Amino acid sequence: MIRPPVPPILEVHGLRKRFGEHLVLDSVNLLVPRGSIVSVFGRSGAGKSVLLKCLAGLLTPDAGEVRFDNGLLHGVRRRCSYLFQANALFDSMTALENVALPLEQTSRLGSREIAHAARDALKNLGLEKFPDHFPAQLSGGMQKRLALARALVMRPELVLFDEPTAGLDPLARNAVFAMIVQYRQQFDFTAVVVTHDVPEALSASDRVALLEDGRICFEGTPAEFVASSDCIVRSWQQYSRGPDQPQPIARS
Amino acid sequence: MATAVSGRWPRAASTGSLGQANPQALIGQSPLPSVFFSSPFGREPARWRLRFLVVGRAASTGSLGQANPQALTGQSPLPLLASSLHRTSLAKVRSLNYGVVRMKRLLQAVGRDGLAAVAGFGDFALFLSRAVTGALVTRQLGRRWVRAVHEQGVRCIPVVTIVGLFAGLVLGLQGYYVLTRFGSAGMLGTFVSLTLTRELAPVLAALMIVGQAGSAMAAEIGIHRNSEQIDALVTMGIDPLGYLITPRLFAALIVFPILTVAFTLVGLAGGYLSGSALLGLDGGVYWSAVHSAIRPADVRECILKALIFGLITMAICCHSGFTTHRRTGVGGSRAVSASTTRAVVLASVATLAADYLITSFLV
Repeated sequence: MIRPPVPPILEVHGLRKRFGEHLVLDSVNLLVPRGSIVSVFGRSGAGKSVLLKCLAGLLTPDAGEVRFDNGLLHGVRRRCSYLFQANALFDSMTALENVALPLEQTSRLGSREIAHAARDALKNLGLEKFPDHFPAQLSGGMQKRLALARALVMRPELVLFDEPTAGLDPLARNAVFAMIVQYRQQFDFTAVVVTHDVPEALSASDRVALLEDGRICFEGTPAEFVASSDCIVRSWQQYSRGPDQPQPIARS
Repeated sequence: MATAVSGRWPRAASTGSLGQANPQALIGQSPLPSVFFSSPFGREPARWRLRFLVVGRAASTGSLGQANPQALTGQSPLPLLASSLHRTSLAKVRSLNYGVVRMKRLLQAVGRDGLAAVAGFGDFALFLSRAVTGALVTRQLGRRWVRAVHEQGVRCIPVVTIVGLFAGLVLGLQGYYVLTRFGSAGMLGTFVSLTLTRELAPVLAALMIVGQAGSAMAAEIGIHRNSEQIDALVTMGIDPLGYLITPRLFAALIVFPILTVAFTLVGLAGGYLSGSALLGLDGGVYWSAVHSAIRPADVRECILKALIFGLITMAICCHSGFTTHRRTGVGGSRAVSASTTRAVVLASVATLAADYLITSFLV
């Protein structure tokens, strides 16, 4: 494991997780540099979501440790956000209430300040016209943006994305990654993205990692990934370009 | 006459597989030496051993102890097995072995279920304690408490009122006809008021609230669990128990006593309607009997029961919804459905069981 030049905000050492007889994660090591976008690839069932839930503290690993900003993960949840694959929005709340919820419950702001911050978050993600809409009344892409607004309203330092492009068409997938890149620059957070979309992730990410058989078998920059001669990586390289490959994501 | 079959198969005997799950081992391999049984040959252990040895060889081919004993008849020593004597002996051994195996399985099942029950009680107690202490860390608890009071209380007023009215009407009718037989129709107010206050109002009101609000609560929390909304709360740094459960439990502490009192009042009115307005008992006699029958201790028992029923039933409903992801064998919407059913059934049973316990302590 080559240590990246930027100091890591998240360090994973020897992470191991087992469900019954099934060993899902086996000594996973990962470094996430501050301010970067790190994408994690892997086959379905490879343990990507389990890894992400261990990073978020939703699952307790059997062994290993997750260090956030040189401290243990416990107690730093308010500095992390998690974007669920199915968005996990509260369907009985309006868009504004969904975004305001973490502020209401974890900050000491007054109700006016909370409403103002929530409206700002909606505006930043282009949802200012839908504050009173329920999630079911929004399109899939708008729900994704609403979930991102809720994740970003607390100004987190680390955002974990669990397959943010699942079920979206290629153009929408490209748009989601463009959104991650744009808001990373705007809000200055670090992102860990679990995804199957290799081309978009290679375009948007600063680093990529490949999870295979419960281990990180490759970790490096997208250029190193494309140039790698490792047989497992090569089996993924064919998906990094193809006839329906979308246009590269513009990065400023 | 009891004969110990021993000494011929020392190595086999040492394996001692009588209590094992595979009955075939009993016949085909070894455990006979450890078994005492009545020999049909009296003092002829040698012949007995010889015949049994043959049977053992036949069975060692892999059929006697299995579910299909007919397989044995296909083997070569069939002539020796033809006698009913051998069949009886084999049946005894097999039934003994099956009995041991079944007993072992029964004990295993009892032990497993017992451990699961103890673990379940522990989990429930932990859940309840964390939900109560969640009040210390949850913000805007008052607003959510008011909403929970509305969900549990206001929406249940119609059903509680209607059931209370009919319960009172039936009590008035039945009580009037029974008491008239003994010339005590004037005691109708006493009968209706004590029955409602001490027993029917807390139990029936609790069952109605469980059916109306508890089931909805279990389903709602189950959907929160299924759609990862509870995990989302955790990732946002919000205590899900404090946010979802605590307001509902605290709401039950006020909703249940109020609705129980409402049930009692409406039931008393129902008793008056059927006993006095319909059957002709003097209204003054009825209300005078009600007034003189109910003592403060009866009201205290009524309120105490309502409080305990509220806490237990709402905690069960919330716990059932909160643990929807643990429903084995089902998932998704079926898990929510299973959680809702489980919540209503368990809460109803717990209400009646708690009623008996409280009554036995207070009477």
